[in-house]
Amino acid sequence: MTKIPTNWTGRDDAMVEQMIRRGASRRELLKMLMSSGVAAAAGGSLLMRAGAAVAATPVSGGSLKAAGWSSSTADTLDPAKASLSTDYVRCCAFYNRLTFLDEAGQVQMELADSVASDDAQTWEVKLKSGVTFHDGKTLSADDVVFSLKRHLDEAVGSKVNSIAKQMTEISKVDDLTVKIVLSAPNADLPTILSLHHFMIIADGTTDFSKANGTGAFICEAFEPGVRSVAVKNPNYFKAEGPYLDSFEFFAIPDNNARVNALLSGDIQLAASVNPRSMRMLEGQDSVMTSVTTAGNYTNLNIRLDLEPGAKADFVEGMKYLVNREMIQKSVLRGFAEIGNDQPVSAANRYHNPNLAPRAFDPEKAKYHFEKAGLLGTEIPMVASDAASSSVDMATVVQQAGSQIGMNLKVERVPSDGYWSNYWLKAPVHFGNINPRPTPDILFSLLYSSDAPWNESQYKSEKFDSMMVEARGALDEEKRTAMYWEMQEMIANEAGTIIPAYISNVDAVSSKLGGLKANPLGGMMGYAFAEYVWLNA
Amino acid sequence: MPQSLTPWFLVIQRLGIALLTLVIVSFAVFFATELLPGDVAEILLGQAATPEAVAGLREAMGLNEPALSRFVGWLVGLLGGDLGTSYVNKMEVVELISGRLGNSLKLAGVTTLVSVPIALALGIGAAMWRGSLFDRIVSVLTISVISVPEFMVATLAVLIFAVWLGWLPALSYGADVSSLSAMLKAYAMPVITLSFVVSAQMIRMTRAAVIETINTPYVEMALLKGASRKRMVLGHALPNALGPIANAVALSLSYLVGGVIIVETIFNYPGVAKLMVDAVSTRDLPLIQSCAMIFCVSYLSLITLADMIAILSNPRLRR
Repeated sequence: MTKIPTNWTGRDDAMVEQMIRRGASRRELLKMLMSSGVAAAAGGSLLMRAGAAVAATPVSGGSLKAAGWSSSTADTLDPAKASLSTDYVRCCAFYNRLTFLDEAGQVQMELADSVASDDAQTWEVKLKSGVTFHDGKTLSADDVVFSLKRHLDEAVGSKVNSIAKQMTEISKVDDLTVKIVLSAPNADLPTILSLHHFMIIADGTTDFSKANGTGAFICEAFEPGVRSVAVKNPNYFKAEGPYLDSFEFFAIPDNNARVNALLSGDIQLAASVNPRSMRMLEGQDSVMTSVTTAGNYTNLNIRLDLEPGAKADFVEGMKYLVNREMIQKSVLRGFAEIGNDQPVSAANRYHNPNLAPRAFDPEKAKYHFEKAGLLGTEIPMVASDAASSSVDMATVVQQAGSQIGMNLKVERVPSDGYWSNYWLKAPVHFGNINPRPTPDILFSLLYSSDAPWNESQYKSEKFDSMMVEARGALDEEKRTAMYWEMQEMIANEAGTIIPAYISNVDAVSSKLGGLKANPLGGMMGYAFAEYVWLNA
Repeated sequence: MPQSLTPWFLVIQRLGIALLTLVIVSFAVFFATELLPGDVAEILLGQAATPEAVAGLREAMGLNEPALSRFVGWLVGLLGGDLGTSYVNKMEVVELISGRLGNSLKLAGVTTLVSVPIALALGIGAAMWRGSLFDRIVSVLTISVISVPEFMVATLAVLIFAVWLGWLPALSYGADVSSLSAMLKAYAMPVITLSFVVSAQMIRMTRAAVIETINTPYVEMALLKGASRKRMVLGHALPNALGPIANAVALSLSYLVGGVIIVETIFNYPGVAKLMVDAVSTRDLPLIQSCAMIFCVSYLSLITLADMIAILSNPRLRR
């Protein structure tokens, strides 16, 4: 979805930068770019400094050093346990999935030849033939059955256990065919299988100190919390790639240190750079940035089953009190897109563009707070660094509240243990949700009555039944219409305020070619290693 | 007891106290870890920690046993030289620690080699020529170095030497260390940063200790006898100042093993300090305990060494 502009100059940089400073939304920027003849599709990435001619033809060879932002002894090569960007990057390099999402968010086949169903309930997965694991073993249906069934075993500690539970039967039909039966129809199965956790490992694997996958790179060294070294897989089954001979991945948690390492040429890719560092990167010919708005967001959750959220007017008031523009402009420094209180971002093909974000209106907010009888009552909002930018967002809301006599208190708690102790529990608190590929995953994870992460305890029978119906609908148009309506329901009825979708900014050496934005997240949905190359 | 054995008795007594301290520290660390919210299963599952998932993982990891009995089990294992297995990634703690401890000790060793001679020379020099221009320059510099936080020194150093000048690599680990010059380059910035931090303290303490002994009547006597300034300081005052100096050096150096988290983070250097932080954030008890033991042992052995130097260098303490 990204076409790299070819007529880009330093002046354009300055203009875009100024627009961003003035608070232009990404959509406005894109509109401006389109009108000036630069092709950049919606949801795509905007490459600053692309004027440094980026060769479009891949170059083979070279060794890449890339740095993520977090790493610890909990780093794992077990795809089921993967929880951080660092793990995803490694899993994408060493393993393959049955399917993956391309830049436009469309499902493409990877290890599978086809994933098909007539009723969206019984699925048949045909595998590509002649794919081999790094140890020489040939990929067969047994490996797929083993890889998928693991997620159902609680002792594995899979992150996608709740999603995998709908697969009631996973069985081998023949060497290259697997049958998956779901508990209820779900037309999204091909997309679900593109999640990083559903990487295919060899049958019977229990040792994850080294990775034995089918992926583009072979794991040469892996030290949790330190680094991993990968070398090109000479027998890779895809016709194209990988281009790099080897690829080293580690983390530099400190943002400045990461940027400095990139600027000094010690690494060629610095993932997730704080927008505050942009000034350092500007005017450097040796680096460029890639911006992705994949749908990560930090949201303000008001539990509808507890005071004060049980009073509908409080929730309504809060929705008017959140100054989305200021959050987008000052808290997130323009590297975000204003949100409309529902989790499906513009990067997703089911996003409802007709749903306008609620305008900042303190007077209306005051009216609702008065009606709820809460004006002047002290109400704590729990925020933490664990939910990125939430402390700053809380401060913006608190300030707006104090203007109309609403006494909101920012209760800042440590990030350590935030997810198990405060998130989902406190009456008014912040959360942070990573992008998910389908509306159905988002809805069943976050908004259905029995959702495990029902942040605001939103319960609606109509919503639940629509969700199930849309899930099984193979008719695309009908599905889209239903998803649009459900987004409206969430925006108007649930207690989750989603002020902005946060952009991810990766900074890369201008020698790096082939990097594109992907709806699964930054760094090309973490799968950049097999697609990028280094220009001499 | 024969007179000649007294110092050795003191040394053995010191070692016994050190051992007891270790045990007490390990209990303290255990109780502190227990106070932290959440356990390793919850932390590993993060946002995906549904009650069933947590219960299943706890069962699989053998965490259902009471924490205290797991801890005692670990202590017993330690007596047999077994540091246990990490909860988080099932690797032997020894394996996790060994490489990184090596890295930490290497960094600490090089820093010691660089900083201790410089610090002692500057400290003694400043005391020798007290009140001179040299003394004042050294004092002002040490004060300013103490006042500037190390992340500032480190970040500035990277910005100047790696980004602007391009002389040194911004990362120390994983840099090319095949030749001596490449190795010197890779270690230059972390060592300089750490030397800044540890030597300031040593310089000040050395200067103070030497000046204090210079002010005593017996040194004055030496001066009156006609000993040169050099002889007065090095021959008469320094031996008596050795104890306090050794203590100051030990305290500064003990920081180098466990306290260099900032330098490890900025230069992406995998040492034990970062390992400890990881262990705490994942509630990985065997790893936390093992790291704590290492820090404690290195601290205690440095302090004990300093005490021994003080005892052996001071005839009065020997009696």
